[in-house]
Amino acid sequence: MESSKVIHALYNDDEILLDAVKAVKAEHHHIEEVFCPFPVHGLDKAMGLAPTRLAITAFMYGITGLGIAIWMTNYMMIQDWPQDIGGKPSFSWFENMPAFVPIMFELTVFFAAHLMVITFYMRSRIWPFKEAENPDPRTTDDHFLMEIPVGDNEEDLKALLSKTGAVEINVVDKH
Amino acid sequence: MYQFSGKLKLASIILIIVGALGIGYGFLQAPSTVKEAKEIIANQASHGDDHHGETTHHTDKKKEAHGEHHDDDAHAEHVLHQLQNKPWSAVYVSLLFFLGISLLVLAFYAAQRVAQSGWSIVLFRVMEAITANLVPTSIIMLVIIIASVMHMNHLFSWMTPGTFDPTSPKYDAIVDGKSWWINVPGWTIRGIIYLLLWNAYRFFIRRSSIAEDTANDGNKTFKKNYNVSVVFILVFMLTESMATWDWIMGIDPHWFSTLFGWYVLASLLVSALTVIAFVTIYLRSKNALPGVNDSHIHDLAKFMFGFSVFWTYLWFAQFMLIWYANIPEETTYFMARFNEYKLPFLSMLVMNFVFPILLLINSDFKSIPWFVIIGGIVILTGHYVDIFVMVMPGTVGVQWSFGIAELGAFLFFLGIFIFTVFSSFAKANPIPKGNPFLKESEHFHYYNIEHRGESADHH
Repeated sequence: MESSKVIHALYNDDEILLDAVKAVKAEHHHIEEVFCPFPVHGLDKAMGLAPTRLAITAFMYGITGLGIAIWMTNYMMIQDWPQDIGGKPSFSWFENMPAFVPIMFELTVFFAAHLMVITFYMRSRIWPFKEAENPDPRTTDDHFLMEIPVGDNEEDLKALLSKTGAVEINVVDKH
Repeated sequence: MYQFSGKLKLASIILIIVGALGIGYGFLQAPSTVKEAKEIIANQASHGDDHHGETTHHTDKKKEAHGEHHDDDAHAEHVLHQLQNKPWSAVYVSLLFFLGISLLVLAFYAAQRVAQSGWSIVLFRVMEAITANLVPTSIIMLVIIIASVMHMNHLFSWMTPGTFDPTSPKYDAIVDGKSWWINVPGWTIRGIIYLLLWNAYRFFIRRSSIAEDTANDGNKTFKKNYNVSVVFILVFMLTESMATWDWIMGIDPHWFSTLFGWYVLASLLVSALTVIAFVTIYLRSKNALPGVNDSHIHDLAKFMFGFSVFWTYLWFAQFMLIWYANIPEETTYFMARFNEYKLPFLSMLVMNFVFPILLLINSDFKSIPWFVIIGGIVILTGHYVDIFVMVMPGTVGVQWSFGIAELGAFLFFLGIFIFTVFSSFAKANPIPKGNPFLKESEHFHYYNIEHRGESADHH
């Protein structure tokens, strides 16, 4: 679809937007994208998007962090430079394990959190100095924008959208 | 309105009677003289398969060359006290478990009022009904307090006459050093004050909550209930900590831990939330809770999951510092548990942490009653074992077992629980109509789950 026309419908309330998305989906129109100033709970489900797999990656990153913590404590404290702290010179990782639990916990959280955020940025194609993709700067403030591609049903769509409580409806050429 | 069915009432009464018989059997089995205790010791020694035979007392005895006969008598008397404590401890463990659950449900309920939370209003009558069990358990606690003070049992070793008397052979300098706190009159008076304060709040809030239904006074009653709950939360945090020092930490009077109050709090809180979930699921299956939907169950399961992790965190925080510092007066607590109670002590970590984590981490599972019940049974078993391992080492030591008396005590209190909770629930409107947040609670829908068996059009 090169140089296609799209409708931009703007809303100023997340509840109204959510009902509008449901109404548009009920009429079997395709919603290209919704731009919001903050996350709206339930919007992904209303738009019919597939559930996120970010949680699964977080779990795997957490397991990775745990593994690295176990390897690291074993290498540093037992193998490379065995240390006698508090009269516990057993030189066995397992017998000193309670002392390493905070490290294992922290690295699990560290890996899960940071790598999940980085994954999220990569999947969303966001990186430093990237030009913003949102079509209207008001969507970073207090407006919500629904983008719907139009064919020959422009008037129908406009009527439907104005019924759902849109505060502004624009037809724009998308390149 | 819910009707407390005759079948359930009969079941609860049968549980109480069977439980009472089990407790009575436990008391009959306990030896009453040193001679009887010696016979039991001889019996245990002759059984080759007895795991608890090798105790520190034996090794201590061998070291001392003199007074062999005297030591034997002293050991027999020690075992006699432990065996006499067994039925008492059995009752005490179950009592603390059920009393604690009722108390923590009350505290959770007060917290809901203080937070002016919206989601939980339709569960208020369930929570109020569970707190009804506070009354009988408090009365039995009072009986135990009086019995302990009158030396009818030896649950609290520091109550032995002579502990605070420097001229007595039983003088204990460590306990005497804490005598400003740990003394019989203070202990008794404090215990009675805790019970009175808790029951006073329960009595007030239950009546005032029902009054709220028909008050229609511009939320004046609602605000009054809010104010009283704020005061109760403060009173509860202080009294709960002190009660755990008095009633549980005092069993091992030499030992101390600064976070013990929170640790017990976490254990009882996760049990309390599990019990709320159980009663809610049961009553909902009987169509007695019209306002409750899957999201409410989901939220309760989230709390069960979260506080299981919180419990583990406190358990480990307490354990690791003591393990690392390795100071003898602190490690005694864990030594006793690792030596004689290894199986219950370690299996409870699996039941209270690993199992709930794996079962309840999935968001979808948290709203499925079957999963919540399976997870909940393991959590409740685990926390019963937790209380068991808190109490038993200091009262019965190596003589512990889980037998008829222990099971009987549990069934006895379970029967009382069922009777009081469901008869109390039947006495009030299951929906607190006068609460200003009721609508919010009825419409509560966690965005990430589907409600089964109803249309998902409200969000």
